[in-house]
Amino acid sequence: MKPARKQRLLLISLMVAGAGLATAFALKSFNDNLMYFFPPKDVVEGKAPKDALFRLGGMVVNGSVERPGNGMTVRFKLTDYEKEVMVEYTGILPDLFREGQGIVAHGRLNPQGVFVAEEVLAKHDENYMPPEVKASLKQPETPTTGQAQ
Amino acid sequence: MFLVPDAVVRFFHRMASPPHFYAFTERLMPWLTVIFTLLIVAGLYGGLYLAPADYQQGDSYRIIYIHVPAAWMSLFIYVVMAITGGIGLIWRMKLAEVILISSAPIGASFTFLALVTGSLWGKPMWGAWWVWDARLTSELILLFLYLGVIGLYGAIDDKRSASRAVAILALVGVVNIPIIHYSVEWWNTLHQGPTVTKMDKPSIHVSMLTPLLLMALAFKVYYVIAMMLRAQVELLQRERNSQWAKAKALEEGGL
Repeated sequence: MKPARKQRLLLISLMVAGAGLATAFALKSFNDNLMYFFPPKDVVEGKAPKDALFRLGGMVVNGSVERPGNGMTVRFKLTDYEKEVMVEYTGILPDLFREGQGIVAHGRLNPQGVFVAEEVLAKHDENYMPPEVKASLKQPETPTTGQAQ
Repeated sequence: MFLVPDAVVRFFHRMASPPHFYAFTERLMPWLTVIFTLLIVAGLYGGLYLAPADYQQGDSYRIIYIHVPAAWMSLFIYVVMAITGGIGLIWRMKLAEVILISSAPIGASFTFLALVTGSLWGKPMWGAWWVWDARLTSELILLFLYLGVIGLYGAIDDKRSASRAVAILALVGVVNIPIIHYSVEWWNTLHQGPTVTKMDKPSIHVSMLTPLLLMALAFKVYYVIAMMLRAQVELLQRERNSQWAKAKALEEGGL
């Protein structure tokens, strides 16, 4: 390689490395703000903002969804498999809302420690499969013989 | 340079000459068109008809066959632009500059397509058209980078110096590419994690994965076709005073 080209290659590598380093530092310092939501663990431990709106993300605990009264209010628990937070929401839930589903709720904590949500978004996971495959995953040991009905 | 076989080196040297590249793309075009047609028909038929519905999302998930290949292409084309930008800066190779600028509008279109299809899917599934999470925001920045490249190139009259400017922009912007890819792992995002491009086995059923990969290949071939067509025009414009370009124009019935 000619010296002039070598020098340009070096300059360009330095430029890209410098830009990468600067971005890495910037992202590191903004790390907390780039988190789209807090897990329930942070909320229970008091790391989440007290009197401000924030987002809470977690799995809806199986069997925890209840509707007090006849209105559109729903109460359910969110978990990150470590801690649980009670969430209350009045409004229309997205299609994917169901027990065991990942959810991101936007709202604030009330003095009783209940998270009052203004908006509930469903977080889809990365799994795609036909319904039959899902059904067979639920019962891994389906007996294959002697089930004449 | 010494590890590369002689024939490959010769091929690249010939390709670096605009008339050779032009003739090469013209010869390749019918083949690419046939391959693209086969892939897109097979991919769409497999994705929209053969593939089963999803256990949770029903038929809505089928937007994946446009959204995911478009998003992959948006990253891929930007990497191509950064590499050709580097080659153009270091070796002052005209063809690399032409490929860079011919790729930009195609990449911008794919990015736009990924953002729009994602938004259309997000409303019924998540409950929101748009959220400012790390994945969506970094992809939007990618769109602005593409538009910046196109705008910067158009703003400078001398196309050689314009190419040098956009090459630097493309190279600096390439830091955004790993951020987009890893955003779903580094931060809590509403956007789901990777389904196919992870070390583990893909978490999508094979009957759904096959059409997705076919669509991804079809989009790749489409990019090559569109890029070559744009590169042909760009080359003719840049070389309009040269003998071969004049001959080409006469042959096409132009002038």
